[in-house]
Amino acid sequence: MEDFVSLRFLLVTTALVSLSAATASCQQTDAAPASTPIVQPGAPGHSNKMLTPETAAGQRRAPTEADVKFMQGMIMHHGQAVQMTALLKTRSHDKQVQELGERINISQTDEMRYMKQWLTDRGEPLSEPMDMPGMDMSSMPMMPGMLTQKQMEALAKADGPEFDHLFLTGMIQHHTGALTMVKDLYATPGAGQDPYLFDFTTDVDNTQQAEIDIMRGLLNKEKQ
Amino acid sequence: MIARLTSPSSRSAVTLAFALSMCFPALCAAQGGPSAAAATPPAPPPSPVYVNPRSGPDDPRIGLKGGLYDAGEAASGLERVVSLPKPPGFAPDLASIAAVDAAPAPPPVDPNAPRARGGPQGPRADYGGTNSDLAFGGKYLFSGNYNGINFYDISDPAKIKLVTSLVCPGGQGDVSVYGHLLFMSVEAANGRLDCGTQGFAIPAGYVPPAPPPAEPGAPAGAARRPPPPPPSPDRVKGVRIFDITDIANPKQIADVQTCRGSHTHTLVIDPKDKDNVYIYVSGSAGVRPSEELAGCSGADPTVDPDTALFTIVVIKVPLAHPELAKIVNSPRIFTDPVTGNMNGLWKGGNHGEGTQTTSMTRGCHDITVYSAIGLAAGACSGNGILLDISDPVNPKRIDAVSDPNYAFWHSANFNNAGTTVLFTDEWGGGGQPRCRATDPMNWGADAIFKLKGGKLTLASYYKMPAPQTELENCVAHNGSMIPVPGRDIEVQSWYQGGVSIVDYTDASHPVEIGYFDRGPVDGTRHAMGGQWSTYWYNGYIYGSEIARGIDVFKLVPSKYLTQNEIDAANEVHFGELNVQNQPKVTWPSSFVVAKAYIDQLARSNALAPGQVSALNAAIAKAEATHSKPKELKAMAAKLDKDANTAKVSADADRMHALAEILKQGGTDAKTGL
Repeated sequence: MEDFVSLRFLLVTTALVSLSAATASCQQTDAAPASTPIVQPGAPGHSNKMLTPETAAGQRRAPTEADVKFMQGMIMHHGQAVQMTALLKTRSHDKQVQELGERINISQTDEMRYMKQWLTDRGEPLSEPMDMPGMDMSSMPMMPGMLTQKQMEALAKADGPEFDHLFLTGMIQHHTGALTMVKDLYATPGAGQDPYLFDFTTDVDNTQQAEIDIMRGLLNKEKQ
Repeated sequence: MIARLTSPSSRSAVTLAFALSMCFPALCAAQGGPSAAAATPPAPPPSPVYVNPRSGPDDPRIGLKGGLYDAGEAASGLERVVSLPKPPGFAPDLASIAAVDAAPAPPPVDPNAPRARGGPQGPRADYGGTNSDLAFGGKYLFSGNYNGINFYDISDPAKIKLVTSLVCPGGQGDVSVYGHLLFMSVEAANGRLDCGTQGFAIPAGYVPPAPPPAEPGAPAGAARRPPPPPPSPDRVKGVRIFDITDIANPKQIADVQTCRGSHTHTLVIDPKDKDNVYIYVSGSAGVRPSEELAGCSGADPTVDPDTALFTIVVIKVPLAHPELAKIVNSPRIFTDPVTGNMNGLWKGGNHGEGTQTTSMTRGCHDITVYSAIGLAAGACSGNGILLDISDPVNPKRIDAVSDPNYAFWHSANFNNAGTTVLFTDEWGGGGQPRCRATDPMNWGADAIFKLKGGKLTLASYYKMPAPQTELENCVAHNGSMIPVPGRDIEVQSWYQGGVSIVDYTDASHPVEIGYFDRGPVDGTRHAMGGQWSTYWYNGYIYGSEIARGIDVFKLVPSKYLTQNEIDAANEVHFGELNVQNQPKVTWPSSFVVAKAYIDQLARSNALAPGQVSALNAAIAKAEATHSKPKELKAMAAKLDKDANTAKVSADADRMHALAEILKQGGTDAKTGL
């Protein structure tokens, strides 16, 4: 605590705008006093347990197979979305579609990094082990909603409004598949109990649902 | 093949990189790194309204050193008084973090190399349970966490002290307090009735039922539908209620189970109902199977009119018997009043091939009620909505807005007058870095709406202006009002973007007037952290830092905020504060408040310097002599007259409010005269 008092004086400045970029090396790091009760309430009608700092820490949970497969599959799934948005820059002439594509590109690229770190942190491979290295896309396991090779080829050939239409319908299909993947994960016994995975899947669900809404709105405009 | 179809004239190196990666889908999946996005600065989307500018390279928040407890800091108008790390049961495992920091960088992963599951796990940095939302009751601060709730005594905020740790996992631990009742949201998959930390194991000998046949016409890859998990009688998703009469030994007295759990909840107090309080539950997780909680259905509303989608849940808590709390309504607040379609806010329709219908999992993320004006603002999926809550059990939607720049409507705050609503967009959900120099200023920002006659109109966007690194998760998040009279000021969290204080008195031109920021939680790798909630309570600002613990701040004067204005805010005292149950603030008729108005009128040049000096001199005389000089009344009359010609309506309001205090002769808060 003494350290904090001194920091406080360091930070007080008489300038009208008090700016400080000091390195705060004095954050209190000591644990709570030993006397602080750590209570684990029982279910309603049941008695409480008192925990010790050691027993309160709980145990680190290993991810389930479904958790790991979800993340591996979603990395591949996101990879296709990034491929699709990469085409936008040259094929779409519609500012709104390009902006939406940029949003999707940023989201999915960030999330791929996040998923890779989640897997690496847990000592898991970034993709499901495969029998043969270098296999082509046609024999890749398809995640729900992923565009077929034929659909991807059609998209890559298209331009202008035709591209926009294929992009929007394709991405809605793609995102809808991601929502299915989240739903499937939580329908699997024991899955999704890692809090980081839970938050991540909630974010995927919310973000992609919102993007589907925006894309449907754009398609609606296109019809008019 | 697709790569060949891509025009070779594509000049963008990024496009080329992605085109190449398409030849090697596995490679692409493994290596489409974040650098690609960073290398593609998006053109800022055109905005029909004002967007505050990004700050320049001299912003002291740029380049702060990373670290869990020793990060660099920058502050303006705000001083960190003290910080407390998270206690045992919630705290980071410092040994694990040190091990990760000491470990050599792992070699690039070859995705084609055969690796079995459950291989050697590298050291994994454990930052402990995530700190989440805050609630205040009397001298106590309740700090929600994914693992439970910590109770702090803040009778002397500079000596904040942990008094009880309540261990009870099941994120995200949103908290509210009402007297001796403490409410907690549970949505995660590991929440247990007995507050156990073990989660749920698959029961021994459990054999999943055979999967049903594929749905006809389902697209490739979507045909499989795994068997449902075994229902568990020990699971809780919804709202826990604790009795905290004995602060050292809180008791769980009820669990109100809901179909979609509780991502957040909002305490609602009906001024006409003294016997009950209400809770609005916003749930965004998947719907539980009916085998686990009877009556839960995740079906499309056209199939099942009792679906748990497209609704919020209203819980009634009888104060005499809170253990009998139960769900009393699931209002269909998204329904189209004309067609009766429960998905009434959806204007898209079906678009043929590839857009086959999916159940839009509509719900709210958070709702802020402002009972004093009978309204609530809901941040709900793709919409910001306005609810009439004059009958709190039956909220009625009166307006809804959408915005193509908004990915995820997250939360809302009213200004005190109820004429402005500040919504936040949690683009990326909070786990992603969305304040980089390449991220547009109106994405992941606040959207500020004017509210008039029950209608919301977009006035501006505001985003914490200092660019943050790739390592810092950052986006608009929770904040609360700083009750400076005469101004609309909010202190707001931006995760690892720190704290930003925004003045949105002019809803069309919000401006930052203070901030606090630290470097990343880890300077070398992404680690989740930053401010979840930052709320003003009785003269201090409390921050819930996800990884680091609780921060206590106080305001310090700057050219944007005077000591008189800070003192006037500190005249406001809450007995309890649940920020999403927004209190109406009234200020005493004191000279402290009068001086704040005078400073504001001087700052905006609405009063001539001579008039400012005369007012201050008259007040100083009144304070010194404990009298009520006659000239105050004359000054008040002049102010009321000048208000008629004030250029800005905020100044006219200040002049009238100041005049009112002078007419009453002021009542010094300290002397009571």
